[in-house]
Amino acid sequence: MTAAAEGSPAFGMTRARRNALLRSEPVQGFALISPTFLYALILLVLPILVVIAHSFWTQNYLTIDRTFTLENYRIALTEPIYRDLLWRSLYISLTVSLFTVVLAYPIAYFISFHGGRHKSLWLFLITIPFWTSYLLRVMSWKVILGYNGVLNSGLMGLGVIDEPSTALLYNSTAVIITLTHAWAAFAILPIFVSLEKVDRTLVEAAKDLGDGPIRSFLRVTLPLSAPGVISAALIVMIPTVGDYVTPKLVGGKDGVMIANAIQAQFGKASNWPLGAALSVTTMLIVTLIAGATVLILRAAQRLAR
Amino acid sequence: MTTMRRFLTKGWLSTYAFLYVVFLYLPVIFLPIFSVNTAATPKFPLSGFTLKWYEDLPRTPALLDAAWNSLVVGVSAAILSTVLGILAARSITRYRYPGRRAINGLIMAPLVLPEIIVAISLLLVLLQLGLSLSLFTVVLGHVLVCIPYSMTVLTAGFEGFDRSLEEASADLGESAFGTFRRVTLPMVAPAIISSLLVCFTISLDEFLIAFFLTGTEATLPIYIWGQLRFASKLPGVLALGTLLLAASFLLMTIAEILRRRAAKRTQNEGGLYA
Repeated sequence: MTAAAEGSPAFGMTRARRNALLRSEPVQGFALISPTFLYALILLVLPILVVIAHSFWTQNYLTIDRTFTLENYRIALTEPIYRDLLWRSLYISLTVSLFTVVLAYPIAYFISFHGGRHKSLWLFLITIPFWTSYLLRVMSWKVILGYNGVLNSGLMGLGVIDEPSTALLYNSTAVIITLTHAWAAFAILPIFVSLEKVDRTLVEAAKDLGDGPIRSFLRVTLPLSAPGVISAALIVMIPTVGDYVTPKLVGGKDGVMIANAIQAQFGKASNWPLGAALSVTTMLIVTLIAGATVLILRAAQRLAR
Repeated sequence: MTTMRRFLTKGWLSTYAFLYVVFLYLPVIFLPIFSVNTAATPKFPLSGFTLKWYEDLPRTPALLDAAWNSLVVGVSAAILSTVLGILAARSITRYRYPGRRAINGLIMAPLVLPEIIVAISLLLVLLQLGLSLSLFTVVLGHVLVCIPYSMTVLTAGFEGFDRSLEEASADLGESAFGTFRRVTLPMVAPAIISSLLVCFTISLDEFLIAFFLTGTEATLPIYIWGQLRFASKLPGVLALGTLLLAASFLLMTIAEILRRRAAKRTQNEGGLYA
């Protein structure tokens, strides 16, 4: 804008120079974003720091004892109930992200390579169910999988089974099915975006040089779309670890996940520090697994070449 | 031969795509189907058509309260998050400064954090500050999760926005406000309305944060959650759910149309000068 913008704010700033600085690009840009930035700082960063602080404290009935302790983490990591819940949450979220990515890839491929003029219509069609209430979508799975539900009554009507099956609802499989459905669109979008970036001439070149459709897909298209696959896996995995509604509605006793235990600590059980430690542990484990997933997929990408 | 093979792969993929869309829509479609069924439990075969579950809805005071609360929270959250989104999106798309990416990443973070973490950490802070839980605290939480969506819609609308149009307006003697009102605003209006609709829809449907941060007042998803405990209330919940689904579909379709119009407008203008 002006020369002063690039110069450092030297000592003895005159009014003109100060004005020029105030009008400079970085200052204006930062001023403009600061309300939103402050909002995120106060309502996201500060709260997470408070949670981390709480995880090192203890609670005596209603008062918080602020002496540093690792006791909560010992409980979170060694008590069988929390250890099992953490493992199950991880297992469920990894399974769900695997399923969503594998199911989503062909769709993203179809839209990107064969969508033609209707690309945006397809994308719209696929994303619109996901703007409807998450709670309602989980509820509809309860209606489908229930003892007196759609699937049981339908199968009985067709004569496939004689009496309603109790195996459909209230277990981790029901949680996996529901979550796979709920997060499908979130997996399609990143994969689609990365497939759109694949240079079509490279695919042509592979074919001209004698690669069949499968080999050219495995050696060109798939490795080039790996970033999309990685982000799809992460975008599904991270939020599903902490899912509360699905296990509560369709999980039953065998499908309880860590978020339900965290909620209990802030509700009935009322042990905030333990709840905080469980939250921090979940966040750390998710971060570690996310990092590991990125590394493994990158390694696989390198091997594929 | 190759065309034959290509046709076959495309055929397989189209079939798969069709089945996938069915898988996406099927569960959702059962809600409206069973909301007009006479039986109190949702099962096949359907027993008969009725609108009685819908007729009961306006006669439930608790439901009307919840609907009003949802409206208040949704409108407040939509306006607040869109205002904050406009400031941030404008700053990100127009200015270059150090830390821009990091700040953007922080603002977008709620998108990839488990919701329960966002909810309980906000709850802890609000209780520490001695704020009593109310619809206001729900709005605070909803704005936090709406801003990333608002930003996504708005940055797409602001990108490719030709700055020379504003400069031309200023050169021709318009004041800063006049330029904003007569040049900037008409160009970005569709994106802004789209952001308002998206944020309202998210707030209308959001359950977990509202569940943790509300005091005694329920929003619609919380009302539904409470009703789910009673098997006999299910048809009413299905009817209410169907109305909510219809509202979300409608709002998001309008938002999408506007978003596309916004993108087209700015791109076309850019195209003219490029």
